[in-house]
Amino acid sequence: MLELVTISALNGVLYGMLLFLMASGLTLIFSMMGVLNFAHASFYMLGAFFGFQISEIVGFWPAFFLAPVLVGGIGALVERYGLRRVHRHGPVAELLFTFGLAFVIEEIVQMIWGKGPVDYRVPLSLNFSAFTAFSTNYPAYKMFELLTAIAIFAVLLMLLTRTRVGLIIQASLTHPHMVAMLGHNVPRVFMLVFGVGTGLAALAGVIAGPALVTQSNMAAALGPILFVVVVVGGLGSLSGAFLASLLIGLVQTFAVSINLSVADVLRPIGVAPPNGGVLFDVWNVTVAQIAPIIPYLLLVLILIFRPTGLMGTREH
Amino acid sequence: MSDVTTDVVNVPARAGASAGLAGVARHAAPWLALAVAFAVLPMIFTSGSALTMLSLMGIMIVFALSYNMLLGETGLLSFGHAVYYGLGGFVAVHAMNTVIHDRLPVPLFLIPLVGAFSGLLFGIIFGSVSTRRAGTAFAMISLGLGELVASSSLILRSFFGGEEGVSTNRTKLLHVFGLNFGPQIEIYYLIAFWCLLCMVAMFALRRTPFGSMCNAVRENAERAQFVGYNPQAVRFIAFALAGLFAGVAGALAAINFELVNSAAVGAGQSGLVLLAAYIGGTGNFIGPVIGAVLVTWLEVMLSDITDVWQLYFGLLFIGVVMFAPNGIAGLLMMHEPLWRARAYGPLPRLLLTYVIALVPALATLAGLIAVIEMTYHRSVKASEGTTISLFHVTLDTASFVPWIAAIVLLAGGFLLFRRTWPVVGAAWHDAIVYAQTAGKAK
Amino acid sequence: MISHFKTMVCATTTAAAIIAALPAVAEDTVKIAYIDPLSGGGASIGEVGLKTFNYLADVTNAHGGILGRKLEVTAYDNKLNAQETLVQVQKAIDSGIRFITQGNGSAFAAAIEDYVTKYNDRNPGKEVLYFNYAAVDPVLTNDKCSYWHFRWDANSDIKMNALTNYMKTRPNIKNVYLINQDYSFGNAVRAEARKMLAAKRPDIQIVGDEVHPLLKVTDFSPYVAKIKASGADSVITGNWGQDFALLLKAAADAGLQVDWYTYYAGGTGGPTAIKQANLPDRVYQISEGLPNEPYAPAREFEKAFRAKTSVSLFYPRAVNEIRMFVKAAQDANSVDPVKVAAKLDGMKVTVYNGGEGFMRAEDHQFFQPMYIGNLGPIGKDQPFNEENTGWGWKVTGKIDTQDTILPTSCKMNRPS
Repeated sequence: MLELVTISALNGVLYGMLLFLMASGLTLIFSMMGVLNFAHASFYMLGAFFGFQISEIVGFWPAFFLAPVLVGGIGALVERYGLRRVHRHGPVAELLFTFGLAFVIEEIVQMIWGKGPVDYRVPLSLNFSAFTAFSTNYPAYKMFELLTAIAIFAVLLMLLTRTRVGLIIQASLTHPHMVAMLGHNVPRVFMLVFGVGTGLAALAGVIAGPALVTQSNMAAALGPILFVVVVVGGLGSLSGAFLASLLIGLVQTFAVSINLSVADVLRPIGVAPPNGGVLFDVWNVTVAQIAPIIPYLLLVLILIFRPTGLMGTREH
Repeated sequence: MSDVTTDVVNVPARAGASAGLAGVARHAAPWLALAVAFAVLPMIFTSGSALTMLSLMGIMIVFALSYNMLLGETGLLSFGHAVYYGLGGFVAVHAMNTVIHDRLPVPLFLIPLVGAFSGLLFGIIFGSVSTRRAGTAFAMISLGLGELVASSSLILRSFFGGEEGVSTNRTKLLHVFGLNFGPQIEIYYLIAFWCLLCMVAMFALRRTPFGSMCNAVRENAERAQFVGYNPQAVRFIAFALAGLFAGVAGALAAINFELVNSAAVGAGQSGLVLLAAYIGGTGNFIGPVIGAVLVTWLEVMLSDITDVWQLYFGLLFIGVVMFAPNGIAGLLMMHEPLWRARAYGPLPRLLLTYVIALVPALATLAGLIAVIEMTYHRSVKASEGTTISLFHVTLDTASFVPWIAAIVLLAGGFLLFRRTWPVVGAAWHDAIVYAQTAGKAK
Repeated sequence: MISHFKTMVCATTTAAAIIAALPAVAEDTVKIAYIDPLSGGGASIGEVGLKTFNYLADVTNAHGGILGRKLEVTAYDNKLNAQETLVQVQKAIDSGIRFITQGNGSAFAAAIEDYVTKYNDRNPGKEVLYFNYAAVDPVLTNDKCSYWHFRWDANSDIKMNALTNYMKTRPNIKNVYLINQDYSFGNAVRAEARKMLAAKRPDIQIVGDEVHPLLKVTDFSPYVAKIKASGADSVITGNWGQDFALLLKAAADAGLQVDWYTYYAGGTGGPTAIKQANLPDRVYQISEGLPNEPYAPAREFEKAFRAKTSVSLFYPRAVNEIRMFVKAAQDANSVDPVKVAAKLDGMKVTVYNGGEGFMRAEDHQFFQPMYIGNLGPIGKDQPFNEENTGWGWKVTGKIDTQDTILPTSCKMNRPS
């Protein structure tokens, strides 16, 4: 029992950190510009593929630094020439623009790298086992993921609250016109934020690529969970996103290990299961089977009862 | 003084008298024309896949119009509208199977009513929680609910039928007038009938005070509140009604395919109706109709022509969002002042400038397609040789020539296209001025 | 005002419908429609199938075609959507195609089988045949069987029967863990595994029985932790695609040392995942054919196939399908679907990789010898490796046709 709890906790934290790596950029963009970047997962995918391609040529560590910068640059261009144009047509148009962008990026990736998975490997320098807990090995690479996620969280938090740039960004969040009148180039700030946000997503891709399968459908697989993290954490809150990623990672991992269903709980009491139909299905489904759905349940509940999220600062 | 009052009193009566029969005829004429068109189309295009395509278009028209009740009318962007479409389909299929099993005297053409009822029911249930908020929160709730329903489709197997979905046999219901609804042509007429009915209903809804309230809530919810309407109640009712019509569309799809599966409630289906309504134009009743027809046609035919059809879809969508956010109908409606003033004089010149602008636009398009297809061929299909056939021209992707030609077409075409914009703009400006002065003179 | 736009709508619809109604020009070819995913997520699998069938058509035409006519494969993209599949079937039928082949996804197979049966019922004289080359849900040749459907892949129950017959002969298997995808196929695998193991090796303990949502799990480490905790020495799984690759990755990360008995380890991306996970000779696959079988004609075919298509032959059953199609047409001296179907009914052949196979008339399920092999570094007698990993399949067991036969509950409506 203790073994299961410890291992599930460790796995949950690791999975949660991976989610945070991806969601940090999205929170930044969302809180900054009120734009729900549907294409965020696509930038994550671009990061993974760029990381793969660059590491094929020069190695993993140069890719680790280069790929996010490149993708961030692409993101800044998208903001400057795409999003800014669309901004004057309203928030719906912005949302739909990123929606179409997600489509297009996925297709372009498929065109260049094909539809199958690519052989993106963990670098040899990290390909060993860090420690062993209860006869399960924990690869050093996962520790590296964990450390990077925490480091990013710390750096971002410090940037936003302690530096001048961060203060300007926070001010532009709620009073863009005032900030502009004070002489700051608000559009340039937006472009910077979008570039950094997408660069962070790309960083997540570079790191997660070897751990998960690097394939052209990775964006579609992780996209919805990202939104759940951001919304549950709270629109506009980095700490909220951190908390929410941990929460969702842990809940999902623990749920998988629970094989209980309503039937198991009620059978000892002597309640007979219904014969057929929908109730029978609900009666017999185990917690483990519904584990990947739990985040969406959380999303709907949060939106109904606490729409600002766990630690949100603003309501749309 | 008394003249004014007599005028004020008399004019409406006179207008009312003439508006009686002639007015009704004027309003009914377009619908009658549409009904005739629907009836006559399959006599012109008799092939099996044309009939299937027309049936699909009919279903999509109802679905897209129901979606526009939310987006265009009430300003609610939903990413999970397919839930009501799909659930309508599932309930319809189960109803059909029950009717067959218990030999109930229910003919097939009443089944869309079941879909309507189901759509209304789920619209009320889910709408009560969704419509508490508007804007982005509403969009996220709709996304979450959509994912939830789509995911639970694999758990609630008895209702959703698991992976294979639920199938039925539409010929086994009660036969009336000797129709067993096996042949596609009979299904087409059933769909056309319900499509027309729903179009009339939704059009009429727009013209009611409730429809105007929806528009008011879309424009400025706070002000609507001050005038005395509860925006949340308005949104809730609009949501439930949109669900009703989506349910009808779902039931029609269930009848057409005799199969409903979890893809019908999924994100892909929600995205498709969003695409259709937006590309067609959300500001206009006709917009979603145009969008539905176009998107259905593209979806069915484009994948035969190219493997990267999704890329073209995405580019089209982005293009519309960036350059024509009011959709195709919006572009057409820009010509409204000309029609209204019956100012047909400047039309030939305007149309000529459109044609002039069209040529470089087509060149740009051809160049873009060539670049995309050649890149695709080189990177993914490299093992199949280097030549491809594009627009009936064989191109060797290994040599520089086609690439240079494509880039020249793309860049050159685009630059020329930009040169034509002032020409089109000038003709347009003159046309509008003419229309305004002509209108004033009348 | 409104009338103008209504007219425009009608015009648009008309124009669209005109273009849609392009008639097909019937040439002197026999066309077969290939309907599988060719875009999006399933495309990597669908493309392999298409390459296989295109190659088979070329080979057939090089040997004189079907009754002197060329065999042509027309591809349709089903976009992983059942209703889209039906639209594509309709398009194929409309272009004059009367033979349809499909395999990826039993849900779509069920939709096609249902549609074809109803279509043939409602349109006598215009019958269409459906050749299923990879959809393994047993129900397609049991409760939902149809005279117009022929299945060349051993269904999942047959595969489990063959697999458990092999496992019966291996005394070192003591604790088995089942992990599968939560849908019809995965549930069929686990149900049959339990039943058959209990009958053949009652001493084997089933220490775990897990199902997970299809293609949704990105991190399998919790599942791997459970496998470890159970003390299993063997795992039976029907997982394919990313569910297989990620499961193996998680197992390798956690250092899980078990034998893997799978259905689809050889699918696109599988061998790469196995090599990355560093599990030599531990991952087994049950299949009707493996590239390094010791049968010379099969090896020659494989060599030529790889030279032309750059992928390995994952569908030996497609070879059987096309060869039997040609033979049936020749025996009937006609390409009329009804006559071809009558000849395929009960046909006996020598299969692609040696041995006897037959298409059972009762349910139109093809029975053939089955092979178990595992993936590892290739040796001298193994000329083929997979996905450029340097690892290839080695046959470790063969189950004869007679030992694969299972009863059926099919009650087919045969045309009179």
